Amino acid sequence: MTLLELEDVTAFYESVQVLDGVSLSVPDQGAVGILGANGAGKTTTLRAISGTVRTGGRIVFDGKDIRGMRPDQVAALGIAHVPEGRGTLGDLTVRDNLRVGAYLRKDRKAVDTDIEYCLDLFPNLQDRITSNASALSGGEQQMLAVARGIMSKPRLLLLDEASLGLAPSTARNVYDAIHRLRTESGIAMLVVEQNANLAFTLVDSATVLETGRNVLTGTSAELRGMDEIRRAYLGG
Amino acid sequence: MEKFVQLVVDGLSTGSVYAALALAIVLVHSATGLINFAQGGMAVLAAYFAWWLTNQGLPLIVAILLSIVFSFVLGAAVERWLMRRFERGDPDTAIVVTVGLLTLITGIAGWLWSYNNQQFESLFPLDTVSFLGVSVSVRSIGTTLVIVAAMILLQLLFVRTKLGLALRAVAINPQSAAFSGLPVGRLLMVGWGLAAVLGAVAGALVAPRLTLTPGMLDNALVYALAAVILGGLTSPFGVVIAAWLIGVLENLAAVYVPFIGFDLKVAVPFILIFVVLLVRPQGLFGRKTVVRV
Repeated sequence: MTLLELEDVTAFYESVQVLDGVSLSVPDQGAVGILGANGAGKTTTLRAISGTVRTGGRIVFDGKDIRGMRPDQVAALGIAHVPEGRGTLGDLTVRDNLRVGAYLRKDRKAVDTDIEYCLDLFPNLQDRITSNASALSGGEQQMLAVARGIMSKPRLLLLDEASLGLAPSTARNVYDAIHRLRTESGIAMLVVEQNANLAFTLVDSATVLETGRNVLTGTSAELRGMDEIRRAYLGG
Repeated sequence: MEKFVQLVVDGLSTGSVYAALALAIVLVHSATGLINFAQGGMAVLAAYFAWWLTNQGLPLIVAILLSIVFSFVLGAAVERWLMRRFERGDPDTAIVVTVGLLTLITGIAGWLWSYNNQQFESLFPLDTVSFLGVSVSVRSIGTTLVIVAAMILLQLLFVRTKLGLALRAVAINPQSAAFSGLPVGRLLMVGWGLAAVLGAVAGALVAPRLTLTPGMLDNALVYALAAVILGGLTSPFGVVIAAWLIGVLENLAAVYVPFIGFDLKVAVPFILIFVVLLVRPQGLFGRKTVVRV
């Protein structure tokens, strides 16, 4: 069953068109990658879904057209956006960041259990639980950003460049934890990633964007090592 | 000695009014990054509303409570229908809008109720009580205690409640907060509403002493801004201490430093600001913004 469907989506910053007809679909419990060079429209595709950019076309989540909704309304439907640059709340402690993530939930006991789960998933955060988010390292902030996303118990996680600016081994750790999360929770994921090899460890299929439109879509096995992938990144 | 204690207690009471306005300014600033110059004007409007209600025969305390409700709605409405239009633009524009709002409100109040001084009943009796062996006015003590209570409630709201956590989250990063499902617009309205409530409390406390005029809180706003800078924009506790400091030092300087006197006492907070900005630019109690990269 399809959880999220984008059909011919366009997006604009002021009058500049950034997406020029992007289509993709994410199956329930599936994980799909969005690959492409800088400026191809990967981040904007996620922003179109979470309602932070003006869009055209059709965006359907769980049978409901969500195009034009506000970000908080989209979040309330069960879509958690872990933005590029992490978006952690610097002046709040790690625990408060996680509590903000669970803002819409009423089940207080289960929230505490889920905080424990996040700390188990990202053990680095355990020792920093009372630190302000701004005092964390880049890798820890990224872990916190993902953890905050899953605290809302989403059905779909939008993950933007989770490896950006991290040391290769740290990026690995983050992706390993997300992989474990995927296996254990069944949360569907739409993953934007510069590092295609890292993305392929997580996603079942991917689409490649070039100047705001899809140029190639396939399963991870098909896409791995294809020339188009290399071309899309290197522009050659 | 009697004179000294009386000056200190009166200073605390005046300082408390500055403190209430300063807290309102800090509240709006922490929610929106904006200094609301109309904070005093909105408080005056609330005071006029309470005064008008007492003229309709309502008891003072009921009138003040209703004016507090009115202020909450006014603050929320100002955010929703005025400030939100300028939210994504240049912050300087938004600040000029608040200055415009102050002028507008003052004009409306003058037009509706004239610029003449109106008598505003005091919540506290005009008696004095014995304190440290000297007599001080009940009004000064009452004003100070109300502000202490407001400060504690505000602190509890921010640190202990889910609403407070949400307000802080929106202040730090509205977009990120929205990604977690926080209704950013509604929370901003609540923030502006709460700030207006603090203003209304300040207005009701000071109106009996200054008598009610449209420009009643213009001076207090200047002192409140001084307290905000002195105490640090990030510290509700700090601005209250700073506001008291200003109130007390100003009183003492006027009496005990001959060349300052009552005419120059307005300069005292600014001398303080000057020194503080030189030595501790983040304010006495503010935090330095530290960013790890």
